Amino acid sequence: MAQGVMVVCEQRDGEIRKISYEVLSEGKRLADKLGAEMTVVLLGSGIADKAAALGGYGASKVFVADDPNLAVYTAEAYAKAIDGIVKQADPAILLMGASVEGKDLSARLAGKLSTGLAMDCTAVRIDDGRLVATRPIYAGKAFAEVVISSFPQMATTRPNVMTVTPPDTSKSAEVVKVDANLSADDLRTKVLEVRKEAAGKIDLTEADVIVSGGRGMKGPENYKILEELATVLKGTVGASRSAVDAGWRSHSDQVGQTGKVVTPNLYIACGISGAIQHLAGMSGSKVIVAINKDADAPIFQKADYGVVADLFDVVPAMTEEAKKIM
Amino acid sequence: MEIIACIKQVPDTESQIKIAPDGKSIVQNDIKWVMNPYDEFGVEEALKLKAKNGGTVTVVSVGPKRVTESIRTALAMGADKGILVEDAATDDGDSFTIAKTLAAVVKNIPYDVIFCGQRAVDDDEAQVGAMLAEMLNIPHVSLVVKEEVDLAAKKVTAEKPIEGATLVTESSLPVLLTTQKGLNEPRYASLPGIMKAKKKPLETKKVADLGLNAEDVGLAGSKLKIMALTPPPQRSAGKIVEGETPQEKAAALVKLLREEAKII
Repeated sequence: MAQGVMVVCEQRDGEIRKISYEVLSEGKRLADKLGAEMTVVLLGSGIADKAAALGGYGASKVFVADDPNLAVYTAEAYAKAIDGIVKQADPAILLMGASVEGKDLSARLAGKLSTGLAMDCTAVRIDDGRLVATRPIYAGKAFAEVVISSFPQMATTRPNVMTVTPPDTSKSAEVVKVDANLSADDLRTKVLEVRKEAAGKIDLTEADVIVSGGRGMKGPENYKILEELATVLKGTVGASRSAVDAGWRSHSDQVGQTGKVVTPNLYIACGISGAIQHLAGMSGSKVIVAINKDADAPIFQKADYGVVADLFDVVPAMTEEAKKIM
Repeated sequence: MEIIACIKQVPDTESQIKIAPDGKSIVQNDIKWVMNPYDEFGVEEALKLKAKNGGTVTVVSVGPKRVTESIRTALAMGADKGILVEDAATDDGDSFTIAKTLAAVVKNIPYDVIFCGQRAVDDDEAQVGAMLAEMLNIPHVSLVVKEEVDLAAKKVTAEKPIEGATLVTESSLPVLLTTQKGLNEPRYASLPGIMKAKKKPLETKKVADLGLNAEDVGLAGSKLKIMALTPPPQRSAGKIVEGETPQEKAAALVKLLREEAKII
């Protein structure tokens, strides 16, 4: 009989990523509700020493597969290793973060386990002993409440949404070393190179503050003023589809239904009119600021704070004001 | 070289989404149906591979009759043939049943590379590609922005962005790649292309033709079930920041963000 909650942790260069603490905190809440244990899976190479401390987040047991072939994530090898652990531990619920890695891994693994997967959830709860997940669809134009009829019930949670519970550092988890059992067939994809971006660049999906620019920016050279504001606010710069299609910003900066769906604490839309597909991608932000010359721009209907003025005057002035207090 | 592009038909991204009276589906009147934008990148990349290496591009989809329009669009772009699984038994299926249906189609035709959009912009599941690869027991790389196939060596190198970095991967063929913006600029169908597309083969199949049972696909076979759809939490227009000059407005805004919203 499947029981308990299992969380798959994500590590990069041997460090556990923030999204995993979000998932651990949510996983513990679900496990408590079920009156069951939370176990954890940690995969990598030379990562075993990180395992016991996860007890601080409420894990009773951490399954560690330590294998040089798991040092850098690949879908097949990771799915194979977790498949073995899931079959051994038989959890009722299997959670991971909806990061680039988590989305990819969970889908492959759900195929392997022949089970249902609720992707990129903004809320999960227990109802009558079963997992009920809430997930935005149409990039947030509607929300679906979903259930899974098979075990384990799999879900991934959207970055920046779940609250991290401060760890109880006096607790430690039992560490269970497992063999990844990888064969040549699981290693048909290998990572040749990890090309890191400039240090300090925060991904849009994980940013607390996003300063985003649209057609009103008039050209790529003007994004400098957004970069300056983002730097002061410890955020990152995004762009609308029209700015990306014009070639002003890279595709990875695009916010919207055909770009990234973002959930920062603060989203500052500069010179963005507010097309439906853009609003869909950023309406999950906690606070939205719109700066636009056109008082009738649809973006103002979604903004908590609207500034009707020329962004080329307002943004540099904001940077100066923010410098005084940050 | 044998290339498959899997596509889905979805509501255009400018569509307003309204929830139907059953509370579990959306109102389909007035929706403009288009090929999923992420799948267009797959069709385009398939055509580029064919131009380089020769071979056949087959477009595969699952859905109602209206999907033939999107397949014809892909044929007009230059794909060679289409296969549509058009069977009411597949209706309202989750990603698992769609991947299973696609796998049943694809396993009967030769392939070196399969393309799927990284996600569909309707249900945003982002699962079918990886699940299909798993069911076919082939490697996959998702979110690809660059790929290069070496047919002689039977391998593909691909680039995929992750948070804060780009991975360069190498996989053996056959492989499944999921596609996203940045990979290419999908071509528009030319008028001669549209004319030619009308004569290209477009086969429709029923689930029974694929050796599947009706209860294994569609809503009956789904493991993920929608209990309810709700509109997103409403955001209403907040306050317009006052000030005589842009500088005053900027100062007032920063103060509000600090003291009222407590966000910076």
